[in-house]
Amino acid sequence: MTSLVLLDHDATGIKQPSRSAVAAASKLGDVHVLVTGRDLAAAAAAAAKLPGVSKVLTADSDDFANPLAERLAALILALAPGYTHLLAPATASGKNVMPRVAAFLDSQPISDIAEVIDADTFVRPFYAGNALATVKSSDKIKVITVRAASFDPCAAEGGSASIEPAPSVDLPSNSRFVSSELSKSERPELTAARVVVSGGRGMQNGENFKLLDPIADMLGAAVGASRAAVDAGFVPNDYQVGQTGKIVAPELYVAIGISGAIQHLAGMKDSKVIVAINKDEEAPIFQVADYGLVADLFTALPELAAELEKA
Amino acid sequence: MKILVPVKRVVDYNVKVRVKADGTGVETAGVKMSMNPFDEIAIEEAVRLKEKGVATEIVAISVGVAACSETIRTALAMGADRGILVETDVAVEPIAVAKLLKAIAEKEQPQLIILGKQAIDDDMSATGQMLAALLGWPQGTFASKVTVEDGGITVTREVDGGLETVALSLPAVVTTDLRLNEPRYASLPNIMKARKKPIDIVKPADLGVDPTPRLTVLKVTEPAKRQAGQKVASVAELVHKLRTEAKVI
Ligand SMILES: Cc1cc2nc3c(=O)[nH]c(=O)nc-3n(C[C@H](O)[C@H](O)[C@H](O)COP(=O)(O)OP(=O)(O)OC[C@H]3O[C@@H](n4cnc5c(N)ncnc54)[C@H](O)[C@@H]3O)c2cc1C
Ligand SMILES: Nc1ncnc2c1ncn2[C@@H]1O[C@H](COP(=O)(O)O)[C@@H](O)[C@H]1O
Repeated sequence: MTSLVLLDHDATGIKQPSRSAVAAASKLGDVHVLVTGRDLAAAAAAAAKLPGVSKVLTADSDDFANPLAERLAALILALAPGYTHLLAPATASGKNVMPRVAAFLDSQPISDIAEVIDADTFVRPFYAGNALATVKSSDKIKVITVRAASFDPCAAEGGSASIEPAPSVDLPSNSRFVSSELSKSERPELTAARVVVSGGRGMQNGENFKLLDPIADMLGAAVGASRAAVDAGFVPNDYQVGQTGKIVAPELYVAIGISGAIQHLAGMKDSKVIVAINKDEEAPIFQVADYGLVADLFTALPELAAELEKA
Repeated sequence: MKILVPVKRVVDYNVKVRVKADGTGVETAGVKMSMNPFDEIAIEEAVRLKEKGVATEIVAISVGVAACSETIRTALAMGADRGILVETDVAVEPIAVAKLLKAIAEKEQPQLIILGKQAIDDDMSATGQMLAALLGWPQGTFASKVTVEDGGITVTREVDGGLETVALSLPAVVTTDLRLNEPRYASLPNIMKARKKPIDIVKPADLGVDPTPRLTVLKVTEPAKRQAGQKVASVAELVHKLRTEAKVI
């Protein structure tokens, strides 16, 4: 039984959600991985070091310079017959590509798994994480996306897989990459951070999000947000934590001026320690918070920055 | 051009569902049902394209029990022209829905199919991508902006690091993200008018599709509840406790 995992990578190596997907795949047996893009030597070398991986396939060409679903699906489809399971992290790119692959294989994708029971059986949250379904697949090749927050990532080093190019396949030409506008940040990525500090509508505007900066700096935190804060334009879309945004489970999650709607809780309630700062003591966020502070955030945040500064 | 918009009837987003005591599923009896919020965004986008003169006809499609015709009525009241109900009591999965939609698309010959990015009940986020694959069409998922030009469509997508723009040939599949638009409320006169718009009813067998699920649900459980926490009186107490009690900073 061998699985193929589609990896996301960047200049720093294999992204953490992808290492969680490798961890999930390792529970199923032998693991091969696929890296795609341009100038892949470094990424392939990083992938080869992941413990549990025995083979790295690379698709290194201009065709894969950008992750177009139509091309990636065609490539994975060509590789599929050699595998019992095809996996990717449940990131924007994994969610874009894997169902497309599944349809070609006449397989029902198993989205966002949180646990591997056996080769056919998986646990996945649904209804915004308010219920967990244990599902058994009858499909020949299982197509899976992995909820990264539910699997400890495999180590970045320790393995020594072989590296070989993936066979070239005919690629569709019905889609074309135009441009991307990626938010720049020196902070850790939301889905990989040990601490996440999130702001909601209570922050009132984008300028006020700067109040989170010194706190995030001192805690080495990523900054997140509720949908309301994103919709209002305070912060970019990729800050959104929740059922339909990013799912995070850091050691510490600090929710500031966030009421705690079902959809927001779905994205953070598996965090180890939750802190909520809200001026409304009835706010539902307090029902999941380990430490709740009823306070006006505009006084609490400067105090918090000052208190953290005292070593 | 013609646009198809699949709309799913789901438990309303304000409802916190309860897992049934026997572990077979979640309690849906007597629970408020609504159109999947992402599908409202899909209908809104189609209606705007029609208002701009880009679209000529909008067909709303729902797959499920007879009551899904209410969801189609909502779409008609928002501005869709007619509806198709694929009636079945089976709890359909994305693969079945995609196959049914493919069969309808082959008959209707639309240039564009706009779906939600995710149904908020099953949280699969799969149907649009699967439909695009089955039709051999390109896909613009998680769209926050859609522009239709001659023979093609440009879609700005919400991705993990920000935004990405792709150009697709038509026909194509688009799935909506939250920031694409703000859906309108149907006006009373439009709700009245919608009652007269036609809804065709077909069965999966009429479309040559077997909707039997591929995933067997062995059990449904409730996630572990969080322990009740404590209120702290000051920022100083909070930081002290995070340092000495929770030991996370
Ligand atoms: C289809 C769908 C998908 C969704 N997906 C998501 C998702 O992925 N993520 C998500 O977050 N939401 C999502 N939502 C939205 C969700 O339902 C809520 O509307 C949203 O989470 C509310 O954001 P909020 O808590 O910031 O705003 P509000 O609910 O308005 O809460 C603001 C809070 O700030 C507090 N506050 C105000 N001023 C201060 C102050 N000075 N000091 C301290 N506290 C203050 C208030 O007491 C209040 O509790 C989704 C909704 C739908 C329909
Ligand atoms: N039973 C259904 N009837 C109509 N549309 C559906 C149905 N199931 C899924 N869809 C469409 O597919 C989208 C994504 O659903 P899913 O893949 O289940 O998350 C939804 O937003 C709808 O547009």
